[in-house]
Amino acid sequence: MREQDIRKLITAISALGLLMVVMVVAAISFVLLVQYQPETLSRWFSKTKKETTAEVAPVDEDEWTAERIEEVGLVQGEGLQLVLTNCTNCHSAKLVTQNRFTREGWIQVIQWMQDTQGFWDLGPYEEPIVDYLSTHFAPEARGRRMPLEVEWYSLE
Amino acid sequence: MSQKASNSTSSLDKGILNLNFQYSIVPSVKKERRAFIKKISMASLASALGAEIVFAGNMPKGYVPVFLEEQDSLKSMGKDPALKVLNDRPWNVETPIHLLDEKVTPAEKMFVRNNGLIPEKIETSSWTLTIRGESVNQEKSYTLDELKSKFKTHTYQLTLECGGNGRGEFYPPAEGNQWGQGAVSCAQWTGIRLKDLLDDVGIKKDAVYIGYHGADSHLSGDPGKESISRGIPIAKAMQEETLVAFQMNGKDIPLAHGYPLRLVAGGYPASVSGKWLKALSVRNKTHDGSKMESPSYRVPIEPVEPGERTPDENMRIIESMPVKSIITFPKSGAEFPLGRNLEIRGHAWAGEEEVNQVAYSIDFGSTWQSCRLEKPVNRFAWQHFQAQIKFPKKGYYEVWAMATDNKGRSQPMVVPGWNPKGYLNNACHRIAVKVS
Ligand code: HEC
Repeated sequence: MREQDIRKLITAISALGLLMVVMVVAAISFVLLVQYQPETLSRWFSKTKKETTAEVAPVDEDEWTAERIEEVGLVQGEGLQLVLTNCTNCHSAKLVTQNRFTREGWIQVIQWMQDTQGFWDLGPYEEPIVDYLSTHFAPEARGRRMPLEVEWYSLE
Repeated sequence: MSQKASNSTSSLDKGILNLNFQYSIVPSVKKERRAFIKKISMASLASALGAEIVFAGNMPKGYVPVFLEEQDSLKSMGKDPALKVLNDRPWNVETPIHLLDEKVTPAEKMFVRNNGLIPEKIETSSWTLTIRGESVNQEKSYTLDELKSKFKTHTYQLTLECGGNGRGEFYPPAEGNQWGQGAVSCAQWTGIRLKDLLDDVGIKKDAVYIGYHGADSHLSGDPGKESISRGIPIAKAMQEETLVAFQMNGKDIPLAHGYPLRLVAGGYPASVSGKWLKALSVRNKTHDGSKMESPSYRVPIEPVEPGERTPDENMRIIESMPVKSIITFPKSGAEFPLGRNLEIRGHAWAGEEEVNQVAYSIDFGSTWQSCRLEKPVNRFAWQHFQAQIKFPKKGYYEVWAMATDNKGRSQPMVVPGWNPKGYLNNACHRIAVKVS
């Protein structure tokens, strides 16, 4: 009886120990993976992202069609995906495309939204976003009054 | 539904993804899912969208990404489809000037400047207005019925102009919606005097400012944030024409304009006229709600060079709007034969002042002729002007209008002093005509 009990206990302890060893190994390799191979991990956890890079989640094709992009005044170019995904959540893209700023100006607007409007930190994506904006939405010199744009019609 | 939705994510996964994907991206979702997504929490949102929903840690608490339809129609808001949508989230809609021809602006032609999202559900039976703040004797709430039955109602025609009307002409460009000149309206507002309400509540001697609080939500979805909470100095609050209004043009206020209750103070930037009014704070200092801070609705005290960074200490809150006029008839671009007299008409206003004179020029300001000008129907209502113009010969002309207020201040012909947010552009309005 006693021997049986002891044997049982030993089996249980060794099973437990084995489990612990496995867990420790798993934990260590996991930490190492996080530390040195984050890309692998992220790819692993987002298996469904086939056609895009690790940085940019796909934008549903039926959401941002070429027509819709044009309609809101955006233009094709490097950084467009980042702008679509980071700048159209709170307000319409039209608020972005109505505006024209220099690099510093765009950084200032982003900073203002972060300080007062709950906008998140863009980290490494700020650079390409600001590049896109200051390339395609830069100020164009304008006089103190521009010529009128006129659609002619015959007055009744 | 896309395959993403079926890919479930545990909280552990999200934690890991936060490490790697800190700055990654919210995927767009299909339209059918939108209504649903609004209702669910951040955690279940992550699993609904799949692994790519990521920087939950970076998102402000309570933030729920809502994906909107660019195509939301103006008609659903009861607007004339000829109005120009500058932005559909939040709604910012401008009226082409020739559609402002009527003496009283009808709802379908009234510009919209929203800062947040229109409240979705409005229960009028349980709607209350609460008056609170440091300078009330005691906090007090009123139901809509109480407000309507307890106090005398008044009707005034009040000019509401967006502080940023005309922003689009500033150079270097100023931030915000790039308004032309159509962010102005003059409708009839019916309600009770704010003064009567404050008397009933009882306010302390140290009250200096009234701040408003509305039921609209912040664009980020963060329930802890107010999209806009501005207000007026106590002297403005005590004017007879300052209303807590429940009707516009004899009907319930349209939803886009503040149903069921709106603070209305004519002559000031329209942003002081808080929509979907839920509470008023009686303050013993200048109200410090959202968009009271610099540079919002402020201009430099000492004029600055175009594009210059302006320190907060050199900025003051805009109060009265400046003198301005618009030619509402004919629409720019009219062609007609030589010999025909052209009738022009329009409106002029001067914030808290009255307009004394409106003149027109067809030679770029070289000579000016005066227009017939009507008195306002009440203080802070726009005034109507009219003139008959004879053209000396065929050709291209611009008709310019210039109003002058009772303090002798006229509209500038060029865009006035640059300011960081592009407010107060009261440059003369002009239309093109061709005599053939
Ligand atoms: C967390 C929400 C949020 C996100 C995401 C966001 N914005 Fe904004 N943004 C706002 C709010 C709120 C306003 C003020 C809107 C208003 O006044 O109507 C604003 C205003 C603006 C304005 C006008 C500035 C002004 O002074 O009114 C511009 C330009 C702009 N955003 C660009 C962007 C760009 C570019 C991005 C992406 C890099 C972006 N926004 C992402 C919240 C956001």
